[in-house]
Amino acid sequence: MEELRKKARELLETGAVKVVIGYGKGSGQNARAVFVRKAEYADKLICDESCVQNLAVYLTKPEVKALGKPAIVAKLPVLRTILQLAAENQIAEGDLVVLGVSPDGKIIDLQNFKAIEDYVAQFPFELTPEQKAEIEKIGKMSLEERWQYWQEQFGRCLKCYACRAACPLCYCSRCLVECNQPQWVPAAPHAIGNLEWHIVRAMHLAGRCTNCGDCERACPVGIQLSLLNLKLAEEVLKNFKTRAGASSKAEYALGNWKEEDKENFIK
Amino acid sequence: MLGTFEKMDIERKLLKKDSLDKLFEKIKGSGRRILAPVQKDNMITFEEVSSPGELAQDYVQTTLSAKGAVFPRCEELFSYKFEGKDVKVEERKSEPKPTVIFGLRPCDAASFAVLNSVFSWDYQDSLFKSRLEKTTVISVSCAKADEYCFCTSVGGGPGETKGSDILLTQIESGDYLAEIVTEKGRGIVALAPELFVPAPTEDKERYLVKLPKQFDLKTLNEKLAKNFDNTELWIEQSLRCLGCGACAFVCPACVCFDMQDEANKKGGVRLRCWDSCGFSLFTLHTSGHNPRSAQSQRWRQRVMHKFAYMPERQNFIGCVGCGRCSRLCPVDMNLLEHLKEIVESRD
Repeated sequence: MEELRKKARELLETGAVKVVIGYGKGSGQNARAVFVRKAEYADKLICDESCVQNLAVYLTKPEVKALGKPAIVAKLPVLRTILQLAAENQIAEGDLVVLGVSPDGKIIDLQNFKAIEDYVAQFPFELTPEQKAEIEKIGKMSLEERWQYWQEQFGRCLKCYACRAACPLCYCSRCLVECNQPQWVPAAPHAIGNLEWHIVRAMHLAGRCTNCGDCERACPVGIQLSLLNLKLAEEVLKNFKTRAGASSKAEYALGNWKEEDKENFIK
Repeated sequence: MLGTFEKMDIERKLLKKDSLDKLFEKIKGSGRRILAPVQKDNMITFEEVSSPGELAQDYVQTTLSAKGAVFPRCEELFSYKFEGKDVKVEERKSEPKPTVIFGLRPCDAASFAVLNSVFSWDYQDSLFKSRLEKTTVISVSCAKADEYCFCTSVGGGPGETKGSDILLTQIESGDYLAEIVTEKGRGIVALAPELFVPAPTEDKERYLVKLPKQFDLKTLNEKLAKNFDNTELWIEQSLRCLGCGACAFVCPACVCFDMQDEANKKGGVRLRCWDSCGFSLFTLHTSGHNPRSAQSQRWRQRVMHKFAYMPERQNFIGCVGCGRCSRLCPVDMNLLEHLKEIVESRD
């Protein structure tokens, strides 16, 4: 932690960055996002197991961008998101300073996107045993059981859009659900409105989501959102041999055509 | 007239713990549904129950409020059919089911009056009022609080009777001291008078959690008036806010709503759904202008509306200190902390 604070102080004192986006002490045992702009406040920065929020969500937020060039404290999930945001032209090399943090809490010097790619490649994404078990459990259900399962999950949805707000890849300034000419997706929190919202969001994230899990953490009613995104990520890997968050030059699997793409569904 | 808010002499009775089963039976037998806190996975929400055995145990506060019982997250206002060039509108006949909400905290009980102050203001909202009229509130006072609770700072308290038809306080024996606050409360007692026996002369105070006041409302009001244009303050406080609707939706005192027309060539319905002033498009005009285009402006609005505009116009504080917004905020905004910061700010 002291190393992180020292680095932050240096960056702010030299004017290399205008703000350090990191974690500070929050309520109770929680950490919260902090935006350190003065070197003397660098002591507010912490970095431990309580620091789980994906800070990359702030890289595309207008109010934070207005503060100036940022440094960002980046654990593995954040690093993957940074690569994906770069692949989607939302951030460019040199737009930010990345303060990488290893799984055992050490600061990693990552000068450019290539360095991040090389570092992240050492930790290939893997489902946890719990996630594997949950996905298998749903996979074994009959279609009817699966329908009931998701109806119950989505039945709780209030359409608060905390999932969308917390997601670093949901950076559209005007979300599809906010379009009302026509109202493509019902805005109301009834059965069909909730189902359509979650399916559309999952599909818009397929091949883009880096599986940080913030959507599920943000949901006030505990919907198991990450399962949808995890499952779709596995499907994209299976069908397109690619996973989001590995490269700053990745192509969008669902938006690119390649000669070797199967066209056997065209009858 | 909403009897819930009339002042009456409070009668004290004892309701034995073992009597709850019978009481629930009698309530259900009278044609009322019972909504009470039920635990499912990590969440405690108000669901329809038949017996006290289904009630969640050992918690400070429920995840969601009981606001949905009087102001549903999505409700049909009316439906319409297209008949050639004519439109036939069918008003939805509001037939709310008589309901007893059991196990509310005193903060939540007080929130119905806050909601009512808006729904009975310049327009009498018949949908809300008809639901509220058919709702009876049996609250349970608080023996515990957590760091997010601040009811005592906004005129409430762990044993307050405001807004409750009956307030139960669990005493040492496990039985409940029952304060029968209103006519509606007496109506419940009348269903099973034998279950409400003379109360011991115990003082309920010793069973309530001690929750010191955390800030002075008058000072907050003064500081808010002085700091409307203090852009830096509002920006600082809201930098981490993501602009979702979680706080507004879990809040028992938030009333903002959105209208949605859902129709096809044959006809449709008009729905009213919960909305949040935190959403970026909340104040987007059809001209394209948005007076609150920055999150800092929307955050200021939230605080001002609850703690300055509502006291001024409705004579009600728009917050009951339940702490849900802060517990559920994905980025730990912590309303109490922000309010204290404003109160302690230098002039």
